[in-house]
Amino acid sequence: MDLHGYGDLLLSGLWVTIKLALVSLFFGLIIGLAGATAKLSSSRVARGIATAYTTIVRGIPELLLVLTLYFGGSQLLMYFASMFGYDEYIDVGQFSAAVAALAIAFGAYSTEVFRMAMQDVPKGQWESAQAMGMTPVQTFFRIILPQVWRLAIPGLGNLFQVLLKDTALVSVVGLNELMRQASVGAATTKSPFDFYLAAAILYLLLTVGTTLVTGLLERMSKPELRGGRA
Amino acid sequence: MSWEWSVIWEYFPKLLDGAWLTLELVAISGILGLVIAVPMALMRASDNMAIKALPYAYIFFFRGTPLLVQIFLIYYGASQFDAVKASALWPILREPYWCAIIAFSLNTAAYGAEMIRGAIQAVPKGEIEAAMALGMSKFQTIKRIILRRAAGIVLPGYSNEVLLMLKSSALASTITLLDLTGMARTIIARTYTPLEMFFAAGMVYLAMAAVLILCFRLLERRLNKYQFAKRPI
Repeated sequence: MDLHGYGDLLLSGLWVTIKLALVSLFFGLIIGLAGATAKLSSSRVARGIATAYTTIVRGIPELLLVLTLYFGGSQLLMYFASMFGYDEYIDVGQFSAAVAALAIAFGAYSTEVFRMAMQDVPKGQWESAQAMGMTPVQTFFRIILPQVWRLAIPGLGNLFQVLLKDTALVSVVGLNELMRQASVGAATTKSPFDFYLAAAILYLLLTVGTTLVTGLLERMSKPELRGGRA
Repeated sequence: MSWEWSVIWEYFPKLLDGAWLTLELVAISGILGLVIAVPMALMRASDNMAIKALPYAYIFFFRGTPLLVQIFLIYYGASQFDAVKASALWPILREPYWCAIIAFSLNTAAYGAEMIRGAIQAVPKGEIEAAMALGMSKFQTIKRIILRRAAGIVLPGYSNEVLLMLKSSALASTITLLDLTGMARTIIARTYTPLEMFFAAGMVYLAMAAVLILCFRLLERRLNKYQFAKRPI
């Protein structure tokens, strides 16, 4: 494999890919937690919105989502801003459009993971927290969330792998991540196979790394597996 | 924000043309993928390390890298080698249509093989022993008992994979194919109405997904009849 000295270009792309994945993960987790809370809430409106969100986003291609937010993001944002009386032009940058698309997709899937995890926490936990005098918000952050976290890690790990691979889609709108830089290198050196293979190997390293980290987090979240005393 | 319904109606027949290509890609690569996945799964379920190694590496590569990389490796990558250009395969590898089908088939086969392997290993041991006790050969047992039972077990999971493939087929638009997404992008280049066209395309994707889900429900009722049977008493 001959990269004609373009290896640095690929590595800079790799760095953008990692940043993109982590920032999208952060926002996607927030959306997922909110979505799961909405799905399990007693309000019919909240349940309806959350169900519509997960059904639609899980039914349309991620690429379509990326393209919509990139080409229509400014239009959409300006429409919402005009509701609040702001009529100036708003430019949605490549990175923000990409993060928005990936986080929305990740959020829809993680909503389901969090919902299942939340349902696995016994109801008695809510009741005993209430009996101790905690407010629902306190109960959620002190009692429920730490347990949900533990149950959700394997599912979230899988979703993060999907997210990592989906970051490649962003190259279509020209953000300088790994896939895009590989295309640039392929075009200038006329050796596309080498560059795309190099990109593939870097993606493989990322997914293997993710698997290792997820396994570690899973072990850390289960005290009984850490070899502690029974 | 101006929203033009008229643009959607005007170009809807074009979108449906694109949707037809999407369905064609999904159907052909779905079938080809299944043809590759079954032997891969059988090899992967083997106890022999040498037999297990090839499907393991194959599944590892195709599940660990983005589909877009795989498509580009095949479509752009193949042209790097003069030997490929001179070979009989070039008329196929030159066409984006076939490159997309090859990439989708190989990709879905990797995910499918892993699922089918799980189903094969979930076939109750007693049924295999019973087949052996009846004097069936290994091949007969695989054909008559294991694969048939595995088909029923894998179906709910496999329908998910087909839906994911429907969504990933949008990547065909990156190598100039005019599938549903590609068609929407072409129309947008002419009319500059991105939100309307992508919205319309998204709705068509949702409709296709709904139809697929329905088909798989019906198939599941047929393959797993015992689960839907009414109790005699």
